[in-house]
Amino acid sequence: MGNVPSAVKHCLSYQQLLREHLWIGDSVAGALDPAQESCQLSGLPEYVKIVEVGPRDGLQNEKVIVPTDIKIEFINLLSQTGLSVIEVTSFVSSRWIPQMADHTEVMKGIRQYPGIRYPVLTPNLQGFHRAVAAGATEISVFGAASESFSKKNINCSIEESMERFEEVVKSARHMNIPARGYVSCALGCPCEGSVTPQKVTEVSKRLYGMGCYEISLGDTIGVGTPGSMKKLLESVMKEIPPRALAVHCHDTYGQALANILTALQMGINVVDSAVSGLGGCPYAKGASGNVATEDLIYMLNGLGLNTGVNLYKVMEAGDFICKAVNKTTNSKAAQASFSA
Amino acid sequence: MATVRKALLRRLVGLASLPAVSISSGGTFPKRVKIVEVCPRDGLQNEKMADHAEVLKGIRKFPGTNYPVLTPNFKGYQAAVAAGAKEVAIFGAVSELFTRKNINCSIDESLQQSYEILKAAQAASIPVRGYISCVLGCPYEGKISPAKVAEVAKKLYSMGCYEISLGDTIGVGTPGIMRDMLSAVMHEVPVAALAVHCHDTYGQALANTLMALQMGVSVVDSSVAGLGGCPYAQGASGNLATEDLVYMLTGLGIHTGVNLQKLLEAGAFICQALNRKTSSKVAQATSKL
Repeated sequence: MGNVPSAVKHCLSYQQLLREHLWIGDSVAGALDPAQESCQLSGLPEYVKIVEVGPRDGLQNEKVIVPTDIKIEFINLLSQTGLSVIEVTSFVSSRWIPQMADHTEVMKGIRQYPGIRYPVLTPNLQGFHRAVAAGATEISVFGAASESFSKKNINCSIEESMERFEEVVKSARHMNIPARGYVSCALGCPCEGSVTPQKVTEVSKRLYGMGCYEISLGDTIGVGTPGSMKKLLESVMKEIPPRALAVHCHDTYGQALANILTALQMGINVVDSAVSGLGGCPYAKGASGNVATEDLIYMLNGLGLNTGVNLYKVMEAGDFICKAVNKTTNSKAAQASFSA
Repeated sequence: MATVRKALLRRLVGLASLPAVSISSGGTFPKRVKIVEVCPRDGLQNEKMADHAEVLKGIRKFPGTNYPVLTPNFKGYQAAVAAGAKEVAIFGAVSELFTRKNINCSIDESLQQSYEILKAAQAASIPVRGYISCVLGCPYEGKISPAKVAEVAKKLYSMGCYEISLGDTIGVGTPGIMRDMLSAVMHEVPVAALAVHCHDTYGQALANTLMALQMGVSVVDSSVAGLGGCPYAQGASGNLATEDLVYMLTGLGIHTGVNLQKLLEAGAFICQALNRKTSSKVAQATSKL
């Protein structure tokens, strides 16, 4: 990189710069001050809920299988950052996803802080019952907008998967357990290529209709761009209110934050992300996966939007898990802050 | 190094840049975006730059493609012209401390130097592009007022720069701050004469660029493979990767005239030559490794 010039010694430290300039650090409580208001773009939601999927979607796609005690400590650290939703694990067969084989131990081992939700993935009724027995109080089901992807990923057609999820969601509702629905390949499929907004809308509507309180639209392979995100949301928002929608953007092609900005401008205020940008892409070797929670919070803070999340604490949790899995963070904000 | 730089330029050529057409009606994007490729200068700047004359003389200059060179002072301008430069770029700053630390003079003194260059360049019919650093934040002063950026932009434009590139030098900006800054600058300089130069130090570059496009800006600076680190944060990233920018613009249906495949090849070439990993996510995703 070349020698760091002596001028650097006189620079504000990045910590100082960020604190003074970008109002990060402690979460913002109450109304925005005039300086922040002037920066807030008109039409953006005032509050954005971040759904942290690092422990599940992130670790699921890491090559290293993380020990149970590390996972538990990681989730406990995340619970202290201000995040209100942390996806813990997946009750799927360990034959398919060995990284999540310790789902029961992790679910039982974490400290469940009051006011924080800890959803888990439950692909079928068997997984659902195991999850509830282990102490889960919120579940998620995963659909796809592509027939080929559904067959390859969960070994059944979209219709068959919907029937399975109906059973799960019905049981969940019966026990007053909220259910979240995911739609994968919302902006493109590794098998089929382009996916129509109409197909995504159809699957989303189905999940919403069966009782999912929120539908997370996943750009699974990160191929989406602001244009395709806009078209998708225009279609889905005709059938599902924006407050029941979330976006789950992968950063495989570096488009995630631009796509999220577009979604925010359209009224979406729930965004999924993974601390340190954990989780590669199983469809493109060496490619990145989830958008990094740190970089997302950085943008939201700069926009003057309230998240309730402390960026420094998230960076610390990110630092912890990266050391544990022996990898460099995918978060640019973390790279810049820890290197200064 | 000169051989590598020349070879990179050879590969980047054929990636034609077209004149920008800006549509400034709120919310719609420009139909075309001109990409200003800064890798051979801003990207490789952290390597030794002593070979500037050799590189400029050695490259093949394709018709229809511009090859601007940075000239921080009058002496540099004269050397550039002697080496065959047909377009030059000058640097202005909005932060007094940054100007002192970076080029050892005050803003007013640096503007005076710029004025000398512009006078001579105008006489020689050499177009001059103006860069402004730290438009969204300064590593020394912190917050930068949009009004100050507008003031410096107005000065450079009225002195004769045909285009002003607004640089988020340390990448701290976010879309709202970008919008505030551009709103102020656009009161003084027509949007068709503006460019944005976003650094990706905090991962915000593409989102900030998107905001600029939404405001009607139709010229964007970027660096192939995202080359060029950040001298203020060791290990942090620098420029926005041209590949990732082209990917977004193509997805938006905006015409760039740039062939992404050839760009990826140029990126692979320079990364191999420098023994560096690409910072472009598109390159990482499409790599054959």
